[in-house]
Amino acid sequence: MENVSGRERDVRKEFLAGALAAVVVAAAPPASAAEGIAWNGFVQSHVVARTSNVQCPAGTECDLPVAELRGQLEGEGKNAAGNAGFLGRFNLIRDIALGDTRLETRELYADARSESLAARLGRQVITWGVGDLLFINDTFPKDRVALFTGQPLQYLKLGSDALKLNAYPGPANLELLIARFRPDNLPTSRRFILTDPLPAGLPRSTTEPGAHAAELEISGRISGYLDNWELAGYASRTHYRSPALRVTAGQIVGIYPRLNTLGGSLTGPVGKGVLSLEGGYYDSPSDRDGRDPSIENSQFRGLVGFSRQLWEDTTLGLQLYGEWMRNYSAYLETLPAGFSAKDRLRQVATFRFTQLFAHQTLTFNVFAFIGLSEKDRYVIPSLRYNFSDNLWAEIGANVFAGNRSGTYGALQDNRNVYLTVRFAI
Amino acid sequence: MKPILQITVSLLAAAAVAWAAPARAADPSADEIVKHSLESYYYAGNDMRARVSMKLINVQGKVRERELTMLRLNVGKSGGQRYYMYFHAPADVKATSFLVWKYPAKEDDRWIYVPALKQVKRIAADDKRSSFVGSDFTYEDVSGRDLEDETHALLRNEDLAGRPVYVVESRPRAPAAYSRRLSWIDRERWLPLKEEYFDARNEPLRTFSADKVEQIGKQWMVTVRSMKNLQSGHHTEVVFRETEFDVGIKQDIFTERYLRDAPTQWIR
Repeated sequence: MENVSGRERDVRKEFLAGALAAVVVAAAPPASAAEGIAWNGFVQSHVVARTSNVQCPAGTECDLPVAELRGQLEGEGKNAAGNAGFLGRFNLIRDIALGDTRLETRELYADARSESLAARLGRQVITWGVGDLLFINDTFPKDRVALFTGQPLQYLKLGSDALKLNAYPGPANLELLIARFRPDNLPTSRRFILTDPLPAGLPRSTTEPGAHAAELEISGRISGYLDNWELAGYASRTHYRSPALRVTAGQIVGIYPRLNTLGGSLTGPVGKGVLSLEGGYYDSPSDRDGRDPSIENSQFRGLVGFSRQLWEDTTLGLQLYGEWMRNYSAYLETLPAGFSAKDRLRQVATFRFTQLFAHQTLTFNVFAFIGLSEKDRYVIPSLRYNFSDNLWAEIGANVFAGNRSGTYGALQDNRNVYLTVRFAI
Repeated sequence: MKPILQITVSLLAAAAVAWAAPARAADPSADEIVKHSLESYYYAGNDMRARVSMKLINVQGKVRERELTMLRLNVGKSGGQRYYMYFHAPADVKATSFLVWKYPAKEDDRWIYVPALKQVKRIAADDKRSSFVGSDFTYEDVSGRDLEDETHALLRNEDLAGRPVYVVESRPRAPAAYSRRLSWIDRERWLPLKEEYFDARNEPLRTFSADKVEQIGKQWMVTVRSMKNLQSGHHTEVVFRETEFDVGIKQDIFTERYLRDAPTQWIR
């Protein structure tokens, strides 16, 4: 493992992908000269106001945990033959809440493709699986802060720095991804009020997996159709993306434990709706016997979802999700004092209701996570209006409630309302 | 046509305006006319590629635009089709793509690629009479309906803007947003030149008009068309440009691979 700061690593990777994109485009023969670069962008403001009536600890942005102005610039190009191209998507963020300005590379990759093969190198967003805001076989990096603060959908996933290879033998689609580790973006005490069960005041350090061959992540997917049903199989050799923290020698040390996953999914029409099934096994190789309380126990995860139209421009989606711990007695035996025990089978239900009005310019949406085992809830109502093709605004809320030891209930001091306004250029 | 009905139709027609000629026994049946019309309007050629511009205009005259590439392939002899639509603009929907597997006698399969999440989602197919991307056209206006979805009756023959047409009345067999529709179908080219939809109270609901008809290769095509909602005042104008038929689009274009990654050969 190496301890490289995220920013340094980003710069190196960005340089590599950018250079490759330049080479691919420059290498296109002059006769089939590149068709030029298409530029797009937007400016966006996003403000989040805390509605929980609480005293914030020092160092936590209390009233407005997020207040930012963001500009996105996107450049896209391809050669005339259409077999090589690139895309770059950059965000310049003026973070008024935290008082800093930063440049984020959301995506930056180069593409090459033929009839039956395709390759993409660089930072890219990958989404696998059939769940709606529930991910099983998609172990790719996510941005929990973006979710909990009502950022638009595109910010819920982070790009992976990866080489992606696709092959299309006959009707199947094979996808292989070799990626460097990237952690999830998790809430911190700068914007969130969090209960930390670990002793306060100890120095903390977290080490990320590096770029050595043994630490690279490899994920594969095979998908295809059986009549009009879609089937997919997935396997990953990866890492947990939130750190396992333990206290050793007077300090708190975080590591990202190894994770292997294997699973499948199925989706197709049933009655007047769509049925989705997904399952997977999460193997924790660093804690096979389940006796290390800092590392997630090996688990089976599964979900079943159904969505259908209720009436014109109105859809309803329901999902039931479960996580079943493999070594539950070992988990109970080693659970440190002061931690409340999870159920062996953790169940979550979700609900989505979407209705469009006024020629689809006004969208009302409610998404709810309902913790059946943990007796907590997370409800996200939102209303978006498209003033024109270029301008939209959305108001919404993130409402956490219920049992404070549950995943969502623990966040209830962070209930918020948000306003997003975006103008596309 | 039964003699009684024929006499009734003849009498009614005789009482109608002078230029409206009655439907004659020599005319094809209403079902044959509508079948020809569906074939000419939705199935022309074996495949088709077009760049489509839509203008969605509200009652205050405010315009929203949609720019897309449409690919279509006929599959088999029984009326199956594949549609692929890629949105170029506006920014909010750019790179969104739609895939439809259309079947002659059962609900279509439909998928959408959501670029914000990089996720392919299957969408429930029960909404074929919902608005297509906020326009006044429904999904079935775009990708076609089945002959058997409605019962059809030939009302009369007449001229519409210099073209000889059949006027056909169609009524949906299952409850729908409209109770009946009248179609003015070109007697030589078989294209619908005008359609009027009526609601359950028999009030005019929507009007379709073929504003420009062009010959592209061997096919006649409505290249400019509009749909007006007479109750809301909202209307939609659609222009097909760069339309090509029989260009050799293969069936594998209409799969998840190209939903995620637009086929650059066709999407320009």
